Parts: sequence; C-alpha cells; structure tokens
Amino acid sequence: MPLLSVNNLSVSFHTRNGVTEAVKDVSFSLSKGETLGIVGESGSGKSVSCYSIMGLIPQPPGRIESGQAMLDNIDLLKCNEKTQLDIRGNKVAMIFQDPMTCLNPYIRVGEQLIEPLTYHKNVSRIVAKQRAIELLKEVGIRDPEANFDAWPHEFSGGMRQRVMIAMALIAEPELLIADEPTTALDVTIQKQILELVADIQKRRNIAVIFISHDLAVVKGLADRIMVMKSGEIVEEGETNTVFNNPQHEYTKKLIAAIPTGAKKASQVVDKSLVQVDNLVVEFTTDQGRFRAIDEVSFDVKKGEILGLVGESGSGKSTIGRSLLQLVSASGKATFDGISLLDKSAKEFLPLRRRMQMIFQDPYASLNPRMNVFDTLAEPLKVHGIASGEGLVEAVFALMDDVGLDRKFARKYPHEFSGGQRQRIAIGRAIATKPDFIVADEPVSALDVTIQKQILELIESLVKKHNLSMLFISHDLAVVRRICDRVIVLKHGVLVERGHVNEVWSSPQHQYTQSLLNATPDAIA
Amino acid sequence: MAISNFDETEVGQSLWQDAKQRLRKNKLAIFGLTVLLVIGLACLLAPWITPYGYEEQNLGLGATAPSWQHWMGTDNLGRDLLTRVLYGGRVSITVGLIATGVALLVGVTWGAIAGYIGGRTDAIMMRIVDIIYALPFMIFIVLLMVIFGRSLLLLFLAIGLVEWLTMARIVRGQVQSLKQLEFVEAARSMGLSQWTIIRRHIIPNAIGPVIVYTTLTIPNVMLLEAFLSFLGLGIQAPQSSWGLLISAGVETMEEYPWLLIFPGVTLSLVLFSLNFLGDGLRDALDVRASKD
Amino acid sequence: MGKFIFYRVLQAIPVLWIVVTITFFLVRFAPGGPFDAEKSVPPVVKAALEAQYNLDQPLISQYFSYMGDLLQGDLGPTFKYPGRSVNELIATGFPVTAELGLYAILVALVIGGIAGIVAALKPNSTQDYVSMSIAMIGICMPTFLLGPLLVLVFGIWLEWLPVSGWGDLPGDKILPSITLGAMYAAYVARLSRGGMMEVMSQDYIRTARAKGLPNYMVVLKHGLRGGILPVVSYLGPAFAGILSGSFVIETVFQIHGLGRFYVQAAFNRDYTLILGCTVFLAGLIILFNLLSDVVAAYLNPRLRSEVGSK
Repeated sequence: MPLLSVNNLSVSFHTRNGVTEAVKDVSFSLSKGETLGIVGESGSGKSVSCYSIMGLIPQPPGRIESGQAMLDNIDLLKCNEKTQLDIRGNKVAMIFQDPMTCLNPYIRVGEQLIEPLTYHKNVSRIVAKQRAIELLKEVGIRDPEANFDAWPHEFSGGMRQRVMIAMALIAEPELLIADEPTTALDVTIQKQILELVADIQKRRNIAVIFISHDLAVVKGLADRIMVMKSGEIVEEGETNTVFNNPQHEYTKKLIAAIPTGAKKASQVVDKSLVQVDNLVVEFTTDQGRFRAIDEVSFDVKKGEILGLVGESGSGKSTIGRSLLQLVSASGKATFDGISLLDKSAKEFLPLRRRMQMIFQDPYASLNPRMNVFDTLAEPLKVHGIASGEGLVEAVFALMDDVGLDRKFARKYPHEFSGGQRQRIAIGRAIATKPDFIVADEPVSALDVTIQKQILELIESLVKKHNLSMLFISHDLAVVRRICDRVIVLKHGVLVERGHVNEVWSSPQHQYTQSLLNATPDAIA
Repeated sequence: MAISNFDETEVGQSLWQDAKQRLRKNKLAIFGLTVLLVIGLACLLAPWITPYGYEEQNLGLGATAPSWQHWMGTDNLGRDLLTRVLYGGRVSITVGLIATGVALLVGVTWGAIAGYIGGRTDAIMMRIVDIIYALPFMIFIVLLMVIFGRSLLLLFLAIGLVEWLTMARIVRGQVQSLKQLEFVEAARSMGLSQWTIIRRHIIPNAIGPVIVYTTLTIPNVMLLEAFLSFLGLGIQAPQSSWGLLISAGVETMEEYPWLLIFPGVTLSLVLFSLNFLGDGLRDALDVRASKD
Repeated sequence: MGKFIFYRVLQAIPVLWIVVTITFFLVRFAPGGPFDAEKSVPPVVKAALEAQYNLDQPLISQYFSYMGDLLQGDLGPTFKYPGRSVNELIATGFPVTAELGLYAILVALVIGGIAGIVAALKPNSTQDYVSMSIAMIGICMPTFLLGPLLVLVFGIWLEWLPVSGWGDLPGDKILPSITLGAMYAAYVARLSRGGMMEVMSQDYIRTARAKGLPNYMVVLKHGLRGGILPVVSYLGPAFAGILSGSFVIETVFQIHGLGRFYVQAAFNRDYTLILGCTVFLAGLIILFNLLSDVVAAYLNPRLRSEVGSK
C-alpha cells in the first residue's frame, strides 16, 4: 500500500486577470522509503501540486478544484484544519529553495528547530534541545551546542539549509518534500546537501519527494521520475527508464537540452584580442579595503569563447565589469593593443562600440519603460550607426538576427518571456557590431530548454560576426559545452587555466577537481 | 512574411498605460479624483458660483442656519459661509500646492544627486538630512511664525522645508537601487552620457514613487497649514483658510455648530480624497509601501 | 548594543546643540523685544530691566552665559512671570502634558495596533476594509477638528463627558486623550497592517506553516516581531507629533500643560520661556527618537549583533 496517493488533483488560481489552471488532473503515489523526483520548468505546476497537499496554497487566490491526497487513510485535501496541522511538520515535512529567507531572522536557530517537536509531540524543551543538538551534529553543523543559540544570519546558505533539514527531520516524518533545495546554492555546497538528503533517506527509510528543474540533480537521487509540463504529468517511470528511453516528446526535449559534451575545437587564430595582466580590483567596505580580484592575468583570443568559472563571491562578475570600466581596476588590460584601464570616460567612449556586455537577469537588464525598438535603437543612435529610415531597418535586422519576430518591435519587456527578453538583451549587445562581448551568466536565469536555445543563438552569433567572448558562468556543463578555453577563479585568484578538454580530463588545482566532482552529471 | 514597415508592428502596452487601467478600476481613487476636481473648480470659480462677496456682511441677518439662500448658513456678521469656504479653499489649496512644490523641487534634486553620485557625497548629504530630520520641526515652525510674523511666503518655505526631507530619502533610495540595476549598467557600457542615462533610464523609473508621495504630501501640508492657522500662527484675517474658519467655528460651536461642521467636513473631504487618490496611485504604479 | 546606544547619544548631542543655537539666535534677531509692548516703560527702567536679564551684554557673551547655565540645567528666569524661573514653569506644566501624551500613545498603540493586525490577517476582507476606512477617517480628521466635534457631541449635546479641564472632574481626561491619540492610532493601524502584510508574505512564515503551527502561533510568534518594527520606528516621530498636538488639545480643552505655556509664551514674546521650552521639548523629542531607534535595533537581531560586535 502506498504511503501517499494523490488522485486527480486540480488546482487553479483566481486573480483579477482571470483563472489560471496551475495543476490539471494530476495523480501519483509514493511508497515508504521511495524517492520520487518531480521535474519540470517554471510554471509546470510541480511545486503547486506539493504545496496543495501540504495546505500551503494561499486560498484565495488559489483553489483546489478537485482530487484527493490520501496519507494513512486521511484525505489531506478534505480533512479538518486540526488534522491537517497534526500532519504538517509531523508526518510530512518540507524544505524549501532559498535557505537565506526560510528561517525566521528574529528567532534563534535552536528555538525554531525544536518547534515541531515541542508542538507536535509535547516533548519538554530540555529533551527537545538534546534531540536538536544530536540532529544538528547529524546534518553536519559544527559545535552544535553553541550554534543552538545562534541567529540565522550568522549562518551561511549551506549551513542554513542543513538547519532546515534538521528542522524537517526532528519530528521524524514519514515523508519529506524537498522543493528545489539546492537551486540557490553553489555546486560544491549543492553536492554536500544532496549527499546529506540521500544519506538521511537511506538511514531513516523515509519517503522523499524531490522537486527540481534540474534533471541531472534528480537523476542521482530519485528512484522514480515524474515529468510535468503546464500543470500536467507528461511522463512517469523508473529513473533509468525515463533517461534512457524517454517516451514523451517533451521529456526528450528536456534531456536533449542538458548541456553535454565539449565544444568541438574551432578555428581560433592564435592572436590575443584582450590581454589582461595583473588585474587588481579593490573595494572599500566597513571592514577596510578588500581585494576582490588579486593579480589576475589572462587573454581572450580572436574568435574565441573564454569561459570564466567560479562560485558566488569569487569575483568573476567583477572581472568582466572592470574590463568595461563599470568597476575601476588597476593593473594592465589591453584591447586590440589599446590600453583600457587608464582611459578617462571620454577616451573610453569609442571603445564602447567595440566592447559590449550581456547580463544575467533578463528581467533587470531591460528598462521596463522602453519598448523593444527604443531599447535596440539606443546604442545605434549613441554611436551614430543609424538614424532616420535606416534606424528602423537596422533594428529590424537586429531582431531577425536574434530570432525575434519583427511585429514585436513596439512591445514592452514585461510582455515577453524570459528567453525572449534575453534575446532582446543580446540584440542590444550586438547592435554596434562589437568585437568583444562579456556575457555574465547569460543563461543561468533561464529554464533548461530556453537555455539551450539561447546558447545556440550565442554560438551562432559568435560565428557569424566573428565575435570574441568572455563567458562568465558558475555552470561547468554549460561552459564545457560552449567555451574553447576556461579559467577558474576562487576568491579573486586564478587557480586554473587551459583548454576545456584538458581541464576536464586532468584538472591541476584541487579546487577545480572539487568543482568538477560536485557537478551532477546526467549522462554519466 | 516579415514586416518591413514599422507601422505594421503590434502596439505594446507600456507600464504607464497599465497603471492608468488599474487606476481606472479603483473606485475609491476615481471618487477621490472627482471630489478634488469638483472642489478645486468650485474654489477657482467662486466669484461666479456664489452671489455674495467674501467680506460682504449682513449684520441685520446675523448667524443663520443653512437655507436655500445660504447653503452653508451665515456667521454672526451675516457673511455667507459657502463663499467663505470657497475663498478659504483657494488659500488652503494654494498653500498645499506651492509648499509641496518646494518640497518636491528641493527633495528630488537633493535625493537624486546624493543617490546618483553616491560615495562620500551621498554620505554627507544624507547625514545632513538625518540631522535635520532629528530636529523638532513643528516646534521650530511655531517659533518661526511667532518671530517673523505670519507671512504666507514664510509659511510656504517653512512647510516646504519640512516635507522635502522624506522626499529626498525616497528619491535617493530609488535612484540608488536603480543605479545598480543591470539596465543602467547596460546603458553605461553602451556609452550613454550621464545625463542621457538619468533622463532616459533613471527618471522614468523613479517617477512613480515621486508621484505617489507628492499626492500624499499635499494633505500633510494642508493639515500643517490648518494646524498653524488654528493656533493663530498661520493665515491671518481678513484672509481666510479652512484652518482659520474651523478655528472661528470652534468658538461659536455651541450656538452655531454649522460654522464648525461645514469647513471641517470640506477640509476632511479634501484630505480624504487626496489620500484615496494617493493610495490608488500607489497600487496602480505598484510602488511598494515604504517609509524611507 | 551598548556601543550602538553610545554612538546614537553621541549623534544626538550635535543635534541638540544645533537646536539650542538656532533657537537662541532666532529669538534674539527677531524684531521687537519683550519689554516693547509696555509703551509706558521709561528708557531708564527699560535699561535697568535689560541689565537685569543681561540683555545689555554683547550677544555672543549672552550666548555663552546661556549655554553655561544650560549645561548646569538652568534655563534662566522668565520675563513675563516675575519671580518664577523657566524650570519652575516647566515643572508645573510638564507632568500634565506628559500624562496626556502617555494616554494618547496608549490609545494609539492599543487601538491602532489591534486594528492593524486584525486587518492584516484577512486582507481585502470586511474586517480589513472597516478598520482601514476608520483609520483613513482618523488620518483625515485633524486633531483641532476632531476635538471640538467630540466636545460638541459628547460634551454639549449628549452631556456624557466634561468638556474641559484635566483631573478636576471625573472622566475629563477621556476626551483629550482620545482626541490626541486618534490620528496616531490611525497611522499605527496602517503601519502595522503594512508591516504584518509584508512579513506574512515572507518565506519564513511559509516555513512556520509547514511545521504545522496553528495560525495564532504563526502570527504571534513568527509574524509579530518583524511586523511591528515599522511601528516601533514610527514611535519617535509620533511622539514629536503628539507633543505638538498637545498644543492644540490643551488650547481646546483648556488644560494647563506645557503646550499652553509654549503657545502663550510665543504670543507674549517671552524669550527665555520660548527658548527654555524649545530646548526642553527638543531634548525630549531627540531622546524619544533615540529610544525608538534603540528598541527597533534591539528587535532586529542582525543589527543587534553587528552593532554589538563592532
């Protein structure tokens, strides 16, 4: 008999702008000790279906239209509130995506941790504290006695997620629902958390529902996989079967979108376009001066995509920004033989036409009050490339280039999807026909199928316009797929450089090795 | 087939149009706007609306309750209250608008400069705001009005000088967060001049909160004027304002309550409408409620 | 935490100094002196009077001697109440004003806080609309209008409550306290609603719900701390507003508190009294701003430990 069985669940949201069907007639079940992976892109309904079971959908605007969710002969969707509270956090526990915001900043960690125990099991505080300290040790928090009284802000993201896991486990639930628990974390931390979840699942033999947009992450963890799209289940089966023999078109598309393999060696002229020597960037903070970039040297060759890899806080974005004088830096950097760092803003202006940037967040990188035409026309006008009748032609040509329908020229950013917005942003960057582009995590905010399209677009544009690119990313699989060479940055210091294939087959630095180890590989 | 003519492209809906639509659906805000327009126009057209003069006395008549001849009644000198409320409204509304204008001008300039330049300049400029903020202003204004007499100009200045501080904080916060957004960085990397960035990328995005806060400042200013006039420190007879009329009404409220109630209701109605409109604008422009 | 308070006190000192200095010179540069009104005063007597109050000294030395006295807590003699010092007058007026202000703050916090939280718990429900509409009326009904109207209705027409005085008749404290507190209750209601709404949409509230805590615990234990922060920060400015509001209340209800002294001193051009009251009130306001900042910082653990460790 399954532990949880969900039948014909439908959930919709009723807002001013009409009714959205978020989950349509979804059924699945889960046995004790089993791990079910639910995979889907944003808006697929994967989180909503689990939140509905937990009674965590705000009603209104949400409404559970139909269905039942049976756990121990209780229908979670129809039982009274008291029963529901009894189950939540007690028999079914959850962990969430962003550990930075999921702990209450106004209450000490320990107090939050023991709440499920003191509330559901009537355990005295002293016993609860003992139990909590044991658990903190189990999830890998050092010095649990002292950290019991810490505030959440004193913990890093990884540590907070460990606390969240301990909190979920403390009342010994039968089912753990994990909603993208590693998406907000760096790869090395992600690996630790995934191992921890797998370990706990085995040791306690509990059932786990693991929700993720990342097939590779789910693959290493789940016994079964359920693929969702637009509120419906499109495929379900044993993990290996789904991966090796996907039935539904969408599943095939998802699997094909996982960046795999290395870029084929391309025709790179062995001539540097950008040369950076001993680049140093310092920031002044309350604690004094802080070196974000410490004597970094590298070059970008003509026609090459150079990958710049690092985890959050490594300073990888700062390097890109300093080359475009968005951040001031010292050291030496040249572009096509022209020295960059000693130029005044005015002297730098002609160079801006030849060097451009693509940003990470397509929601923040476009001015919400300017339509596509104005956005794309701006660089053309600034550099006097086109005007009058020619301007319309040039903008249309750009839209063709990045695969945007011309009829959208007068639409505003908020009327587009994330992928389309990124196309607009790329169009803006290539408008002046630059030689060199800094792409700062251009695909990390996008769904995997969209990510694939944008990567292909970038590749084709690089080839078509003979661009050179500094491609900044935290995602090693993406870098391997698109870049010729790669440099690895850790805490502002360059620790590794080389051709992608060399680095992948024999990483020299220990940090690169740990990064590569931590990257979940869907294909292996 | 690809479109080659710009006019064939689909027209998008800008955020301003979005906001206009949302505002139109907000009944309270539209009610507020209507009330404001009606009262504003009535005050402006006062000489054509009432047949009585503002100082026109009718001692034989004395104080009378509202009637068909005198919709709001008359005071003990036989002056028509409606006329006095409309003329008083001119002063109150003017004070509200001009003092808010002063606050807007000073606050926006100060906040925008501090936010855009940042660094040490910003620190110094905002420290100055903090210090002035900590000054007990109401007491200062009372003092100023006492010492330098009750001139209208001084009143504008004094009130404007209190209200600019919050405006400066709001604008500075807006500009500072906008400045860090990627589209402004994109504009910089594109080589746009500082001024163009401010004009095309910063101002259009910072203007929403400014509009909202301006709408909410006007009632504050009118309240402050009325407060000072009530204490006898603001507008002086023979000039009139709603605050002064209320003050006069209080003295005779036992015998002639309408002399208190009508000016009071008018003032409250205007404050009400401005607040509703401000709240409506806030929702429509999707400005998050913020104190700083 | 101790250091935070120390720095805030350090910051308050220049502010207080600026207030004293500006007020001092403003008063001195004002046209007309305190003895101008009495036209019959012969020049000799006037000179003697001025000498008595040190008005014949150079301005700058007057300033320093005033500052010297101030540092010892002496606000000087009054001009218009012969034989009484400013300190004495403040000592008679302030307890009344303080009591009035305290009741008003209580009215504001209790009524406003409850209304705001009740509204936030069910946004866009009837209870939300009703309490926020009442709050809006409170904001749009200025003290000097609400006071007389309440007097008219409850004092004169219904004859339920006394219309003036403070502590003379039973129940005469009710109307002034409610009148003064009403507007601030409205602001507190709006702020606490906004704060609670903001907090209740945070991820950590979802975490608390996922633990199976009942609604009242989610609200009171996990929501309230963060939700009332805006109200706490607002208490400083509210206090300043209540003090100046008491000028009106004391006039309307004929209460002999500090506010009446201040307004009368302003009309009488009683310079030392204006100066003394301004310094005293400013000091109080600055103190309360400081207190509300400290409490707000205390409620925010991040600020508490960062500031504390520096």
